[in-house]
Amino acid sequence: MHATVSTAVPSAERASEAARNAKDSRDDRLFGWVLKGCALLVLLALVGAAGSTLWLGMDAFHTFGFGFLTSAAWDPSNDQYGALVPIMGTVGTAFIALLFAVPVSFGIALFLTEIAPQWLRGPVSSAIELLAGIPSIIYGMWGLFIFAPFVAEHVKPWLMNNFSADPPDGQVSWIVQHVPWIAKFFASEYPFFGAGVFTAGLVLAVMIIPFISSVMREVFQTVPTRLKESAYALGSSTWEVVWDIVVPYTRTAVIGGIFLGLGRALGETMAVAFVLGNTFKFSWSLLETGSSIASTIANQFGEAQGLQRSALMALAFLLFVVTFIVLLIARLMLRRLATKEGK
Amino acid sequence: MSTALYTTRRIKNVIAMALSMAATAIGLLFLAWILWETLSQGIAGLKPQLFTKITAYREEGGLANAMVGSLILNILGILIATPIGVAAGTWLAEYSMRSKLGPTIRFLNDILLSAPSIVLGLFVYTVVVLPSKWLTNGDVTFSGIAGGIALALIALPVIVRTTDEMLRLVPGTLREAALSLGVPQWKLTMQILVRAARSGIVTGVLLALARISGETAPLLFTAFGNNFMTFNPIDKMPSLPQVIYEYTKDPSPDINVLAWAGAFVLTMFVLALSLIARFAFSRSKVSHD
Repeated sequence: MHATVSTAVPSAERASEAARNAKDSRDDRLFGWVLKGCALLVLLALVGAAGSTLWLGMDAFHTFGFGFLTSAAWDPSNDQYGALVPIMGTVGTAFIALLFAVPVSFGIALFLTEIAPQWLRGPVSSAIELLAGIPSIIYGMWGLFIFAPFVAEHVKPWLMNNFSADPPDGQVSWIVQHVPWIAKFFASEYPFFGAGVFTAGLVLAVMIIPFISSVMREVFQTVPTRLKESAYALGSSTWEVVWDIVVPYTRTAVIGGIFLGLGRALGETMAVAFVLGNTFKFSWSLLETGSSIASTIANQFGEAQGLQRSALMALAFLLFVVTFIVLLIARLMLRRLATKEGK
Repeated sequence: MSTALYTTRRIKNVIAMALSMAATAIGLLFLAWILWETLSQGIAGLKPQLFTKITAYREEGGLANAMVGSLILNILGILIATPIGVAAGTWLAEYSMRSKLGPTIRFLNDILLSAPSIVLGLFVYTVVVLPSKWLTNGDVTFSGIAGGIALALIALPVIVRTTDEMLRLVPGTLREAALSLGVPQWKLTMQILVRAARSGIVTGVLLALARISGETAPLLFTAFGNNFMTFNPIDKMPSLPQVIYEYTKDPSPDINVLAWAGAFVLTMFVLALSLIARFAFSRSKVSHD
């Protein structure tokens, strides 16, 4: 086309231009491939993490079969490994974390979107997000040196007095006498020892509050103002607007945010490594010490050999698969909101 | 006649508002509690030797080698993760429009963002630490490089995400203007788009740095730790979070004091980094068009 417009262009120049175009398009393609290769590394990291732990954990899965999941034996001296206690510890701490973090996060999000005056919202939400910036090892230290003794002194005796069949004050409470099973969850051999599933769950709760509350705050802000204003105009109170308009409108994303927090809580290592106690005795009690998958790996992998190492890899594989599924659900639920917001 | 209804609704509302404020107070209380303990216990342990002596001297020592090790590991992690992360983010924002792979990778990147870091550490152990024993006649070789790669895996999704988001904020007219002048796409990307989104990308890198500075779990089985000063990335390498981890487990209170001092230094560093990332660069983010 160029040539037909100006015939005066020398053929050498035309040739060099064609060469340059060819070079540009080749460079473009190469550039695109390099970028794509880098993007595929993200995929590779996930597949690799699952694959490598499964590969090195195969030995344990073969040796113990399905019993690996249901056996409570974790006995390196006899080379017997079962994942039940670490699984229970992981699930138990994450459950307690959600039990406390969800209502508190909801309250914070409600405060930041509906109640607080404008000038207060920025500083308070920055402060809450600061919690997310604190390294998890600091949570672990604080949990061990400060929070566990606090729980042992102020919280645990109260819980045991009210919910345990063997309370320190000697009087079995009305609740324990009338609610079956409850005492099972609050038994403890050492009433004044702070470490345990309950304490670890509380530390995790503090850790995941900023994650859950910031998702909730963000999704609450996506509710169209006219919906809320219509409800206010009909005479609703703030609470009624939140509970009947905001929450139903954002339900999926709120659950997504909760799952995001759950994913964090399941995979957290350092915050619970100290306060869980690292014992492998099966117990239903929340006040007893235990261990989680991540803390078991952190504590034992360094010295582990042979089958023990394989069992730890198998644990890592289980943890990775479970957190992957939880995070997948979280992201799917959050994505649905993003598309709704776009419309 | 219906005052009772109004009263119950009002009471309900007041209770909800009070609980919400209480929840916020609880969140802020825990923040203040943790920061206060780190400050007060950490300052009590601050001594000049913390920065001059190495961990091999135990109670009489400091954390100098751990801080140097952390610095090297973080730099390694960022050096590995930044080019890959920016490239991957650029592909997501600029090249993946027509492929199905783009949204999938963007989605999986968000999952990698909160994947358990200890499993990523084990992954690097399997693919870097174990194979390197063939190079060294059978010794399992933990190394600073392995630690750096593990940290890079954690920094990567943060950088990918911010790059992707920042590039999508760059106005489309900029692309059209450059393309209409005949600029090849790679030149457009490298010299115009990445430059326009630079401050946002730098923010992402700083946030990634803040994130990996506090990571302990992925370093346990990759960098492994070392009681001596080392600048050699092929050697086992100590890091501040890992020394804090070991010193916290230690039964000796004198060692625990050192752990608090380390925790103080680490927390201040991480919080300063994230504050810088948030405030210094967030202003320029608005005016880069």
